[in-house]
Amino acid sequence: MRCWERPLIEIIRLSVNGDSHEIGVPSHYTLLETLRYVLGLTGSKQGCDKGDCGACTVLLDGLPTLSCILPVQEAIGRQVTTIEGLADPDGPHALQDALDLTGGAQCGFCTPGILMSAAALLNVNSSPTRQEIREALSGNLCRCTGYTKIYEAVELAARALREQRPPAEVLRS
Amino acid sequence: MLRLHPYEYHRPRELEAALELLKEHAGDVMPIAGGTDLVPNMKHRLFAPGHLVALKGLPELHGIVERQGEIVLGAAESLSSLADHHLVRSHLPSLARAAGAIAHPMIRNQATLGGNICLDTRCTYYNQTFFWREALGFCLKKDGDVCHVVRGGTRCVAAHSADTPPILMALGAKVDTASPEGVRSVELDEFFIADGIWNTQRKPDEIVTRLRVPLPSPGLRTSYQKLRERRSVDFPLLSLALAVGLDGDDRVESIALVVAALGAKPRRIGGLETLAKGERLHDELIEEIARQAYRQSNPLDNIIVDIEWRRAMVPVFVRRAIREALARP
Ligand SMILES: Cc1cc2nc3c(=O)[nH]c(=O)nc-3n(C[C@H](O)[C@H](O)[C@H](O)COP(=O)(O)OP(=O)(O)OC[C@H]3O[C@@H](n4cnc5c(N)ncnc54)[C@H](O)[C@@H]3O)c2cc1C
Ligand code: SF4
Ligand code: FES
Ligand code: FES
Repeated sequence: MRCWERPLIEIIRLSVNGDSHEIGVPSHYTLLETLRYVLGLTGSKQGCDKGDCGACTVLLDGLPTLSCILPVQEAIGRQVTTIEGLADPDGPHALQDALDLTGGAQCGFCTPGILMSAAALLNVNSSPTRQEIREALSGNLCRCTGYTKIYEAVELAARALREQRPPAEVLRS
Repeated sequence: MLRLHPYEYHRPRELEAALELLKEHAGDVMPIAGGTDLVPNMKHRLFAPGHLVALKGLPELHGIVERQGEIVLGAAESLSSLADHHLVRSHLPSLARAAGAIAHPMIRNQATLGGNICLDTRCTYYNQTFFWREALGFCLKKDGDVCHVVRGGTRCVAAHSADTPPILMALGAKVDTASPEGVRSVELDEFFIADGIWNTQRKPDEIVTRLRVPLPSPGLRTSYQKLRERRSVDFPLLSLALAVGLDGDDRVESIALVVAALGAKPRRIGGLETLAKGERLHDELIEEIARQAYRQSNPLDNIIVDIEWRRAMVPVFVRRAIREALARP
């Protein structure tokens, strides 16, 4: 089949944030295009759209992955977690609160990707060092906040989760 | 927003089926592993195959094991599993470091070793959108007939920019491949050719199945050095891999030095065995090795970053690599 012919539509089943979706997608869609334009989950951002910036980061079976360069078929049979699935019904994730409290998000475009990378780190390492945080976030570019406040937010959230207290309370203490 | 062209995505479950698909759609098909090189390239319209054959689901391409005096690395293993694997970390620490220095954590989760070996060459005038390349009038490597790096040049000199091949070459690795014609095994040195347009001898229907690295002898010391502007995300502007074998008396038994990311093929620095064999790595010898490496390294403006800097770092990296290799047990 050539470019100027009609794209194929594939029926696939995707598991996103715990929900199973049966959807028809053009077979040349990336996971990001599927999330944004088929499922309406626009939290994951389309930044560079070619692997350089990390704005499209989602978790694939718990591992941070760039959805903008992932053919959608590679997500079949795996658990996709996006920023929409980070909070629980009771309220925001500690990382979201912490980012707000430290002023770690300005325009917010990098924020969904940063949060997914940070969440994956905290899932496997409950008290990361500053260096480990820098390494985990080294594929997520932020052009306005700068990184210091973002690192501080991850440290605050890690402590809040360890102490099972809200980040605001940890900050006051 | 960068859209992909329409294609059909095949996910075979065994190697035989993958080879069958490559044969059936010959001329209009490419293998895809992590896609971290191919997908951006397709978004730039550098490739537009009507069919993609996904390799990650092939069990034959997985696994990292020690077998018959070799470490066998499955081509579809991710770079993060390579960097973290205990066999790689204990026997091939510089390979673990090279894999861990590629791109950034997300890419390393997706990208594979086989894709790194088969990485397309890179050039400032090539890794751009169709719009950008069209505005410039294209180039030899894709859609055009001139080279913007070597004016009047008739050969593409895009840079080999993959991080694992230099150290794998220094360690004497072999590549195993499978195609509809059968299987074969070649030295990694011979796998690469000095042609910027297609810099491996891999045929379009040939799949890299695994890399085999001889188990290093106890006296083998290695190092991998990578030059880049940022400590994450960036491709190498220069890379250098060293493997030096020392006897019980700390005298050189063997030495392999590979310099890459300058031209289309990683360069094995010649003449070092005669220089160093039987000697201890004293300061004067290190300086002589550094001079040899410098003389044999000629970067081109294929990446728009000061070429004098890229060349001047060669002797610096030789010194660092040797000191690092000697310092490590
Ligand atoms: C932002 C960014 C930064 C990067 N930085 C680096 C870096 O610092 N260093 C570096 O080395 N790379 C870098 N890369 C490139 C790339 O991510 C890696 O080289 C990666 O290892 C490629 O593997 P892959 O599995 O994703 O390859 P793919 O994109 O799937 O494939 C690459 C090519 O190899 C072919 N291929 C893949 N697997 C096989 C196989 N088993 N047999 C035959 N052919 C095969 C494909 O057909 C394609 O032509 C970067 C990429 C991005 C987007
Ligand atoms: S080296 Fe020349 S021909 Fe090759 S990609 Fe660059 S500009 Fe094009
Ligand atoms: S949008 Fe995916 S990395 Fe930039
Ligand atoms: S807050 Fe604007 S890019 Fe990070």
